[in-house]
Amino acid sequence: MPRLWLFEETIDTDVLAPGFYMKSPLAELAEHCLEAVRPEFVSKVQKGDVILAGDNMGVGSSREQAAEVLKYHGIAAVIARSFAGIFYRNSINLGLPALILPKGLTLPDECVDGAEISFQFDKSMLTLTKSQKVIGCEPIPTFLKTMIDDGGLVPHLEKRFSAEVIPKC
Amino acid sequence: MTTLAQKIIAKASNQPSAKVGEVVVCAVDLAMIHDSGGPRRVKPILEKLGRSVWDKNRVAVVTDHYVPIEGEETRAIQELTREWVLEQDIKNFYDQQGICHVVLPERGHLSPGMFCVGGDSHSPTGGAFGAYMFGIGATEMAGVLATGEIWIKVPETILIKWTGQTDAFVTAKDMMLATCAKIGMGGGRYQAIQYAGEAIHKLNMQERMTMSNMAAELGAQAGLISPDETTIEYLKSVNASILDNWQNYQIEKPDLNGEVINLDASSLSPQIAAPHSPENSSDVDDFKNISFDIAYIGACTGAKYTDLMAAASILKNRKVSSNVCLKVAPASLRDQQRAEREGIMRILEDAGAEFLPNSCGICAGYGSDRLLKEQVCISSTARNFKGRMGDPSSKVYLASPYTVAASAIAGTMVDPRDMMES
Repeated sequence: MPRLWLFEETIDTDVLAPGFYMKSPLAELAEHCLEAVRPEFVSKVQKGDVILAGDNMGVGSSREQAAEVLKYHGIAAVIARSFAGIFYRNSINLGLPALILPKGLTLPDECVDGAEISFQFDKSMLTLTKSQKVIGCEPIPTFLKTMIDDGGLVPHLEKRFSAEVIPKC
Repeated sequence: MTTLAQKIIAKASNQPSAKVGEVVVCAVDLAMIHDSGGPRRVKPILEKLGRSVWDKNRVAVVTDHYVPIEGEETRAIQELTREWVLEQDIKNFYDQQGICHVVLPERGHLSPGMFCVGGDSHSPTGGAFGAYMFGIGATEMAGVLATGEIWIKVPETILIKWTGQTDAFVTAKDMMLATCAKIGMGGGRYQAIQYAGEAIHKLNMQERMTMSNMAAELGAQAGLISPDETTIEYLKSVNASILDNWQNYQIEKPDLNGEVINLDASSLSPQIAAPHSPENSSDVDDFKNISFDIAYIGACTGAKYTDLMAAASILKNRKVSSNVCLKVAPASLRDQQRAEREGIMRILEDAGAEFLPNSCGICAGYGSDRLLKEQVCISSTARNFKGRMGDPSSKVYLASPYTVAASAIAGTMVDPRDMMES
């Protein structure tokens, strides 16, 4: 059963993808994801887990590996009060759903770190399994949703380029 | 009337005007990539897409993150970078010449009205020259390189107006740290920031670059300064091509749709940011007597020619305290050479500084020269996130080159004005 990773503090790109390991292959870099703030993350994260963060999620560097390592670990979505702009764009370009909580939303008491959850991207919705309480996120703009549905910017461009090909006479 | 950001975006999107909040596709005038997020990341994507770079003359490649080369992994990255540059026939290649944000303007690549992207979060530095420039990740950069375009949501402009004039030994870095404390790291809301007011236009171009660069630390997409005579004089000195109608981009009092933040430069003291965020800034007095192991003068916001000159003015005829180590990584080769010609490097050396290569150095934490367990550093860089410059237990305090240099002499954090007046 997928679980929720709740972060109270601001998560920056450098704790997601530490600079010293940026030279290494993704699998090795991913081993160090969040080790400075949550050393247990890498050993406990499961496919389908969702990250719920506070303000300015992903602040810092433009390194897209900060979002890529989360995708590598099977994170289904990153939800936050607000995002740093580059991280938000990177997530979507990599096909990782990034969703924003409605302004001023009070999270239910049951929304705790480790809570069992289910996530529905089509509805921008997170459900807390035990209480069946629902956290609705802001709808994602259509053109960005299309990009995520395509699997990210690269498959999206592949689709566009293949449509552009003019058949030879 | 419009804002500088809207004016540039309207031109780039080939529309008479750009409405805030509207999503538009812009033609890119210049795309800058470096060795970390550049060729090694974009090459496989371009190959997958079956495309080459859309316009080799609009691409600049700089190696600065994996400099110096250490070991096989970084050697392979640099070799791949050089091979790709050759393969794509890119002439604007600056191999180990300094940090990308400093190299671009010194080689005349930026001018007012340009719409540019960079594969690095500190790309807003280009705003100092009246260019709309912002940072993007590697996949998005590959998309730009393949198509020559990028989508953007036309931003609001937040005007940060600095009145008055700074005291001696108070710099752009102090202005920016104070701004981080005032509006926070999310305060820029991924909008455009424009810096205005007499204190801004009194700054030289390298100090303006520090302002624009650290718009990234405010969470803004871009950090613009309306071009003036100082801008044009600088651009002429580096043989940049300047649009005949550059004055169209001289918009000092934009028709605002966002907020205005008024700040007073004349009452500003030197600032220090406590670990682990630039927004933890306050007056240097709040940090007096804090000791540290390393004093670092480095990075695109802290080791340009004017930063080296600032440090030298303090270090002249003085010696670094025996309990600290002063490390200096001049931000570009040209800046270092100028500092050598003018005797600045000699002053730093005589004071006891140790020199590092012209690269991102300890600031990026990519190489072996990094902070060790429990080490404390006072640094002229832009970011002090937990573990960024080394071990997660290390601590970084941010300050201006004056404050770093004065503190290196005292052995504890001090106000440079106290040292120079005593």
